[in-house]
Amino acid sequence: MTRPDMTVEIAGIKMRNPVMTASGTFGYGEEFAEYMDLESIGAMITKGLSLKPKAGNNTPRIVETPGGMLNAIGLQNVGIEAFIAKKLPFLRGVNTPVIVNLYGNSLEEYGELAARIDGINEVAGVEVNISCPNVKQGGIVFGTDPDAARQVVELVRRSTTKPLIVKLSPNVTDIVSMAKACVDAGAEALSLINTLTGMAIDLNSRRPVLANITGGLSGPAIKPVALRMVWQVAKAVKVPIIGIGGIMNATDALEFILAGATAVQVGTANFLTPAASQKIARGMENWLAENRIGSLQELVGGLKS
Amino acid sequence: MQFQSQVLTNAEVSPGYFRMRMTAPPSVLEAAAGQFVMVKVSRAIDPLLRRPFGIYDMGTFITPYTDCGQQTFLEILYKVVGRGTGMLADLHQGDHLDIIAPLGKGFCPGEAEEEKILVGGGVGLAPLYLLAKELVKGHKVRLFAGGRSKEDVLCITEFERLGVETYVATDDGTLGDRGLVTQVMMKHLASDNKPKRLFACGPFPMLRAVAGIAEEMQVPCQVSLEAFMACGMGACLGCVVKGVNHSVETPDYRCVCKDGPVFDSTDLSWD
Repeated sequence: MTRPDMTVEIAGIKMRNPVMTASGTFGYGEEFAEYMDLESIGAMITKGLSLKPKAGNNTPRIVETPGGMLNAIGLQNVGIEAFIAKKLPFLRGVNTPVIVNLYGNSLEEYGELAARIDGINEVAGVEVNISCPNVKQGGIVFGTDPDAARQVVELVRRSTTKPLIVKLSPNVTDIVSMAKACVDAGAEALSLINTLTGMAIDLNSRRPVLANITGGLSGPAIKPVALRMVWQVAKAVKVPIIGIGGIMNATDALEFILAGATAVQVGTANFLTPAASQKIARGMENWLAENRIGSLQELVGGLKS
Repeated sequence: MQFQSQVLTNAEVSPGYFRMRMTAPPSVLEAAAGQFVMVKVSRAIDPLLRRPFGIYDMGTFITPYTDCGQQTFLEILYKVVGRGTGMLADLHQGDHLDIIAPLGKGFCPGEAEEEKILVGGGVGLAPLYLLAKELVKGHKVRLFAGGRSKEDVLCITEFERLGVETYVATDDGTLGDRGLVTQVMMKHLASDNKPKRLFACGPFPMLRAVAGIAEEMQVPCQVSLEAFMACGMGACLGCVVKGVNHSVETPDYRCVCKDGPVFDSTDLSWD
C-alpha cells in the first residue's frame, strides 16, 4: 500500500510533512542533530532573533508547573548577524526549510530585520514574533493590539518578499480580531499559540519563583486553550494555520489538524525527547495509514460537529 | 543518547538521600567524570520535565541475562527535594526509566605532578566519586566533604576504600570538624607549597568560597554547578550562569548543561 501523502505547503514553503519545531525550543537546529534526523521533519524555526544580541533575563528563568513549565528567558539570542555568520552555515547543509523567527524592540527594528533576511537564500520564510510575553519593552503591545499588529505586519510585508508567518499571542480577549488584523496586513499564514502568561510563587520565601516574576506557560497544560483558539481562528480566516500548544505526540498533533491547522509546531516536547518532532511526524503518518486516509490534507478542519 | 533503563537498586544511604543503580548501554562508559544524566521519573506528563543528576559511578557486572554476559550500569546519588525526586525514591528494582546520557562537559584531570583536592557538599559528592576513581590511579587525592549535619555527609567510606584521604566538616559538628569545609580545606592548602588542583561540587555559596580561595592561593580550580534546566542540551537557555566577561551590553551567559556543568572557576562571574 502506498504511504499517505504528508506533504504540506504553507505560504509557498514546501514541506515533506506538517511537523515543525517551535521557536525557542530547538536552539539553532544543530543542538539536536545527534538525537534525530533533521531531514525527517517539515521545517525548523530558529530561536527568536533580534537585531542586536540579547542577554535575556536573570535566573531563575524556568520553573515546572503541573503538566507544563513557565519560562522567562527574555529572548536571549545571538542576534541576526551572528546567526547568519555562525549558525546558518550548519543549517545550509540540512535539506529542511529554515524559518527564522524575528523579534523587534520597535516597529523599525522589525522592518530592519525583515529587510536583512530578505536576501538570504537559505532562509525559507519568516515567522514574526509579535508576542513575546517575557520582554518588557515593545513586544506585548504589538501582540495584543490589532492596530499595532497590523502596523508591524504591514512593515515586514513591505520589507521582505519571503513567505510571512505571524505568531499570535493567546494573551488577548479576542484572538480572532488579532488574526484578522494580521491577515489583512499581509500575513500568509498564522501560527498559534505562543505561551500563556503565568506566574509561580514560592510560599516559603514569599517570592515569585521566576526572576522576571511572570513567564510564559507551555506544555500539555495549555493544549485545550490552544485547540480552542486554532479552531476559532481557522473558521475566521482563509490563510493556513500552524497549530502550537502542548503537542507531545501524534494524537495531539492530529487533534490540531482536525481543529483546522494545516501544520503544527512541536515545542516543549523537544526538551523532554529531543527526537519528539521526528517521532510525531512518523506517528501521524502511521495513523493516517492505519485509517486508510490517503493525504493529511483531507483531515484539515475535519472536526465533526 | 536517549535510552530506556531499568532500576537495579535504589537504597536510602542516609535519611533523605538515595543511591540508585540502573542499567545503561555500554557506550555510556565513555562518559567523563562530571558529566550528567537527565532522568524522566515517570511516563506521565506530570511531572513534565527530566531531572538532572551527576553520574556517581558506572561500570559493568556479570549477568546471565544479556548476550555478552555483561551489564553496564550507571549510578546516581540524589536528595529528595520535591515531587520528582520523591517519585524517584519510590521506584524499585525492575521499574523503568527514560534517560538521556551522558550530557555536558566533565572534569579535566590536570597535570601529573599535582595533588588532587576534591571539595564537596551534600549530593555534590556524586560527580567527585567518579572523578576520584580516575584520579587515584596516579595521584594523591584528598577529599574535603561538608554538610549541615552528619546525615548530609555521604559515601565517605566509599571514597576511603578508593584510597582517598578524607576530611569532614559539619555545620553542627556532629561529624568531623565543626564549621565550614572550605576553611578546613584552606588550612590544608596553606600547609605546603606542592602543586595542587581543586575540584569542587556543591551549593553555590560553597563553590563561590572555593573559587575565592583558589584565586587567592593561585590554585587551578574547576567547579561543577547545579541549575534548574528543562532540556540539558543547550536549547531551553533556562540554566544559564554569568561568564566572567558578562555585562548588560556584552552578555556572556554560559549554559550549565552544555558549556558546563564543570567550569574553570576563573571563567565564571561570582558576583
